[in-house]
Amino acid sequence: MKRLKYIIIGLLTFSFTACDDFVDVDPIAEINSESYFNSEEDYQQALIGAYDMLQSTYLNTILSEIASDNSLCGGESANDVISWQEIDDMRHTVVNSELRNVWKWMYGGIYRANYIFEFKDKTEFDGKDAVLGQAAFLRAYYYFELVKFFGDVPMPIDKRVQFGEETSFGRTPKSDVYAQIEADLIFAAENLPIVQTELGRITKGAAKALLGKAYLFQDKFSQAAVVLQEVIDPAFGYDLIDFSTLFLPEGENGIESVFEVQYSDQEGAGYDCLACSEGNVYVGFSGPYNFEGPVYTSGNRFNLPTQDLVDDFEEGDLRLEPTILDIDAFVEANPGVKYTVGYEHTGYYHNKYIPRVGEQSLGDTKLTNNRNYRAIRFADVLLMAAEALNRDTSTDDTQALIYLNRVRSRADLDPVNVTGQALTDAIYQERRVELAGEGHRFFDLVRTGKAAANIVDFIVGKHELFPIPQEEIDLLGGSISQNDQY
Amino acid sequence: MKLKFYILMVLMGILVHPVFSQQLTVKGKVKDSNGDGLPFTNIVIKGTTNGTTSDLEGNYSLSSLSTGDILVYTSIGFVSQEVIVGAQTVIDVTLLDDVTSLEEVVVIGYGTTSEKELTGSVSVVKGEAIEALNPTRVEQALQGQTPGVDISSQSGSPGGSFNIRIRGVSTNGDNKPLILVDGVVYENLGSLNPSSIESINILKDASSGIYGVRGANGVILITTKKGKRGSKPQISFNTYYGIQEASRRLPVLNATEYGILANEAFAAGNSTPPFSNPSSLGQGTDWQDQVFDQAPIQNYDFQVRGGGETTSYSFGAGYFSQEGIVGLDKASYDRLTVNFNSNTKISEKLNIDLITNYTGSKRKTLSENAIGSVLFNALNMAPTMTPYDAEGNYTLANGLGGEVINPLAQIDNTYNDTWSNRVFGKIGLNYDIIEGLQFQSSLNFDYTQDRFKEFSPESFYGAGKVFNNIESSVNEDQKNFWSYTWDNVLFYDKKISADHSIKATVGTSAYKTRGEHLLTTGWGIPNNDVQFADIARANEIRVGGARSEQFDQRLMSYFARAEYNYKYKYLLSVMARRDGSTRFGAANKFGIFTSASAGWIMTEENFMSSLGFIDFAKMRVSYGTTGNDKIGDFRFLSSLNGEGVYVFDGNTLAIGTAPGALSNPLIKWEKNKQFNVGIDLEFLNNFSLTADYFIKTTSDLLLEVPVSGLTGVGANGSGSPTANAGSVRNKGLELAINYNKVMSDDLEINLGYNIATLSNNTLNLNDGVSFIDAGGFGIGQLPPTRWIVGQSIGAFYGLVTDGVFQNNEEIAASPGQTNASPGDLKYTDVDGDGVWNNEKDRTFIGSPIPSLSMGLTVSVKYKNFDFSAFANGSFGNEVSRNYERNLSLTNKTSYYIQRWTGEGSTNSFPRVTTGANNNGLFSDHWLEDASYVRVKNVQVGYTFPSELMNKIGVNSLRIYTAINNLHTFTNYQGYDPNISSGEALNAGNDIGYYPQARTYQVGLNLTF
Repeated sequence: MKRLKYIIIGLLTFSFTACDDFVDVDPIAEINSESYFNSEEDYQQALIGAYDMLQSTYLNTILSEIASDNSLCGGESANDVISWQEIDDMRHTVVNSELRNVWKWMYGGIYRANYIFEFKDKTEFDGKDAVLGQAAFLRAYYYFELVKFFGDVPMPIDKRVQFGEETSFGRTPKSDVYAQIEADLIFAAENLPIVQTELGRITKGAAKALLGKAYLFQDKFSQAAVVLQEVIDPAFGYDLIDFSTLFLPEGENGIESVFEVQYSDQEGAGYDCLACSEGNVYVGFSGPYNFEGPVYTSGNRFNLPTQDLVDDFEEGDLRLEPTILDIDAFVEANPGVKYTVGYEHTGYYHNKYIPRVGEQSLGDTKLTNNRNYRAIRFADVLLMAAEALNRDTSTDDTQALIYLNRVRSRADLDPVNVTGQALTDAIYQERRVELAGEGHRFFDLVRTGKAAANIVDFIVGKHELFPIPQEEIDLLGGSISQNDQY
Repeated sequence: MKLKFYILMVLMGILVHPVFSQQLTVKGKVKDSNGDGLPFTNIVIKGTTNGTTSDLEGNYSLSSLSTGDILVYTSIGFVSQEVIVGAQTVIDVTLLDDVTSLEEVVVIGYGTTSEKELTGSVSVVKGEAIEALNPTRVEQALQGQTPGVDISSQSGSPGGSFNIRIRGVSTNGDNKPLILVDGVVYENLGSLNPSSIESINILKDASSGIYGVRGANGVILITTKKGKRGSKPQISFNTYYGIQEASRRLPVLNATEYGILANEAFAAGNSTPPFSNPSSLGQGTDWQDQVFDQAPIQNYDFQVRGGGETTSYSFGAGYFSQEGIVGLDKASYDRLTVNFNSNTKISEKLNIDLITNYTGSKRKTLSENAIGSVLFNALNMAPTMTPYDAEGNYTLANGLGGEVINPLAQIDNTYNDTWSNRVFGKIGLNYDIIEGLQFQSSLNFDYTQDRFKEFSPESFYGAGKVFNNIESSVNEDQKNFWSYTWDNVLFYDKKISADHSIKATVGTSAYKTRGEHLLTTGWGIPNNDVQFADIARANEIRVGGARSEQFDQRLMSYFARAEYNYKYKYLLSVMARRDGSTRFGAANKFGIFTSASAGWIMTEENFMSSLGFIDFAKMRVSYGTTGNDKIGDFRFLSSLNGEGVYVFDGNTLAIGTAPGALSNPLIKWEKNKQFNVGIDLEFLNNFSLTADYFIKTTSDLLLEVPVSGLTGVGANGSGSPTANAGSVRNKGLELAINYNKVMSDDLEINLGYNIATLSNNTLNLNDGVSFIDAGGFGIGQLPPTRWIVGQSIGAFYGLVTDGVFQNNEEIAASPGQTNASPGDLKYTDVDGDGVWNNEKDRTFIGSPIPSLSMGLTVSVKYKNFDFSAFANGSFGNEVSRNYERNLSLTNKTSYYIQRWTGEGSTNSFPRVTTGANNNGLFSDHWLEDASYVRVKNVQVGYTFPSELMNKIGVNSLRIYTAINNLHTFTNYQGYDPNISSGEALNAGNDIGYYPQARTYQVGLNLTF
């Protein structure tokens, strides 16, 4: 019993002297974000994280198409994805969950790029500039999307925005955002190689092409012409390929691709996080509804090409068939094909990006298509260069015609031979049919001042920009203003 | 009854025998009210020290007695009894339990007190009350039993859990109270066998402050049944068997009605009507008939309790099995429980407690509470479709959108099992250091292993279905949890003088819980056969196909409590606790919580004696602070656990790193300040009443706050930071009244009624946030709830309807509802700016929090029959009807028959159309009053006469029949008004909850 007493006294003393260190623990098997970037590997890993958000730009692509005269929204009924229907009809308001996704996802990508810049000086290694070059391109890409959608936007750079700091950013004028985009792309172009060993990595050509596009969007035609023609230089190795296979697996990451957003079907996905999918959501959403038959598989039947777009193709244009699926013709050729007609049936689907048999995808199959998005094609670069040369004050229509006709000849169309405004119009027309379904049309119409003439219910002075999501304004404590007329 | 009989016998013995002095020897048996022998009873001749003690069987013998001697029988826990010795030689005595309600033990956390001395607001639910309800889970028995405790169902499926809310909703982080079973922290009450419970004590006010940072949502202390020292082994066996069925089916359209409405909708949308002759479609398929079944439920429970001189014990085993009313075996729950408790007196000063419990369970589930759940599909499937096609295969649900599939095929293709093995209990010692000073050390432990296995076969439900599966896969997850709590407490209990007594408690507590979670996915199962559904047989494990998570959460606490009472008239209790938690960063790791309570037993005052009808009256008041730390671990740190996956070199996934949820280094406890005043009354012999009024103010509410996309929260795997977001006040009045009367030898009546009011109001939101929107309605709509100052937390925020547009003139006269057509809902221009706007013209249209709740228990015993009934009700909350998919060809509930069909047809229900319209926007049209009264349990039992039973060696035998969830009175159109997601900001959102089943039971209770 004596011994017992000692045990009890021991227990008592020990328990009442227990100390606070007990609650001082670190997370298990978690990397603290403040103690990262200790090796090249860490930088490379964080860079992959910054690339990741590119995949969410499927949404930007579909919005640009349905907002334009290229596509109707479609869907099962008029109430299917109301946020898209509103944009299609130019009746979108300050509350639009899809526009908010664009905002959140692009800033998510910027946050990840800024995270790398925040720690850019922490560890030295060979090839760091190439990592930073890619990060700079990604940041520029995301800001370019924001500036196209929303105009002046808050512009945090080189540092993550911590909880509580977000209200300290006002809206940076569009010109300053473009200046940052240009600086980032010039830096990227300087530090990236023409050819990357891994397919899908950002190259010097991609940086220059995006820079040229950014100049074009600001009507800086001479700068655009210079940088775009550098990309056209054979030293970069780009060329046009057979259009009929351009959007099939054999055209993926080919010599026409200047920049391509990479997708895979190796991971499942769900509607609860569309941005998390490694697959191209754009494809599944654009396919025919309840489709049973050969060649294609089922989709959600949004983004339906308009008759107006189809009519813009010239007789004999080789691009028509690979661009537009005429479902009635297809059914006629393939008896037994079934599909469901829904809202705003036009009889057409965007053949470049609809799901095909053999693209074995994990569930949900509509969200895990592995088709890469051809973000910047060489044909686009040629047309942008042609436009820049034609619209520049020291106009060079001769060279512009060469580029334009290179694109036309691939489509088996006769060369055009016009100058001045007629050439400008020819280039615009060529852009529409060449790039139909690729997410360029709405912003091309806006930047060339042709939106009101082509988009029903488009209000000049209002619809050039989408509204800043009201919830974002509220969450920023009302510290930023809304776009005009919203 | 039996007692009276014995007394009568004794008295008669005295009367009929002449009184004369003589040396007598008397023997007999001392029994308790169950008729069991009572050992160690002291039997003393009054006025002397002579006497004896009963043996283990309760037998005794006493010689050298004289007629007229008075024998005094005393045993701890029983009312003493005196018997005058007459001529009889055998005196059998039955002692009554000495438990007046005032002396009943109330567990208050690190100690106990008596009902009389209690100064806090603590509700006690006894084991008998729980047994009477035959609940499958403990929470079901708590519902409506005690005021201020709100129980709602997350799912009625077997093994489904409940939300417990004590005194309203204060936080969005986690409103769950702290639950301790014999000192062991319980997150999931499903693994507890309800019949093993001795009592449930619910600390509702600041007296939960002894649990400091974990006490803010109230504390539920459960004690399990133990053996008694010095009692004969008692063996009991309880069982029931029941049949469950759906307590409600939703009225939906039959095939003809469906065809007519679909045609009408397509015509209105300028499309070709799909059915050429709807009236030929007949009734069609009743899909609810197809998925609902009658399902068995059964329970067996075997317990042995007893004790010798130094050791008491109890052990037993139970088995419970339930199949689902949807899916039968595919949605089932089986539970095996084994328990062993003992208490051993090692020496005069030292006791050792040992509690060990094992629970093994297996649960299977079907998709529920979601778009695409089995019930969602049953409601939305077209009645024109047959379950099977001509070849006998499941019909493909073509044309019904991507989410609606044949529910029978879905059930067939669902394979999942969750096995759980849990061992928990405690080892503790009690040591009496000196008189009045006791040391208690106990180590509570819990080891849980959960295994989950799910097979997803290749499956095809129709073109373009979200649930089509091209490649079979198997998921295997394993979770291991290990936690312990080591409590060391010193108790001091001293009566200083006749008038003053004090009690003191000081202690420390160290809590640690450690978990590991391993998840694996294998692709390609041979033959698409569940038999081969195993990681070992899968063709491939891909990048990201094996993941793990771990956690280590700890608390280090010091606490003290002092209690003082003066003449058992004035009672005072103060307590303090200091907690350190791993959930908070360096700046806010430690917190101190204090509270105090006082009681005044008015019936001890002289002036009260004139009020003779009042037997007991006590006033209580308490005030104090508690905390809440129920947030994720390490939310003050930023970790690289986001998703950063891209694709290089064709189709190859490149796994990178990315920041996870946004961190908030300054995060701190949620603070809860509660004031409570209450009164306990016992009057007119048979009545007791407890009333409380409380004001509970919660500040620095922990919440995952929405934050601007600038902070990167929109990136994959990132998320909102947890922050101290605002304050909320809950106020309410609680009243419980009981009536218990033995009317005659044959009749006893017991009535209990309780009622509670609750008002919830937001006082402020931190950091200049003007409001927080949350929840979901339909697809792609604005959040349907808004949390804002002046409204209750999670209040519904939507449009207000003002009837239906009857004609174009009305539309033209409306404030710019330009897109509308006749038959569409007319919305009110709430902000009065003359222009209708679907964002700006929203307002507060309801609250998910019931403002009034009540419970009623009736029990009557007549001769050998017993009858009991229990009903509960809840009033004043709204639920949104979010289970309708509303695609062009999905089925609709029957209220659509009353749709607008032309001018003057109705002003309540809009037209049907496939064309563009705003009728689906979240408005009061989709919100319903979810008040209800439910008859939860009705039971009739019969106890066989003990004389008869004793002959066959049975102590008592009762058989009964019961109906659970007999009927629910409500206007709510969904399956079950008593539902909640458990999230404060998205509570009243009905996405097709699995309803509670109605159960018909027969059972028996046997002891021998």
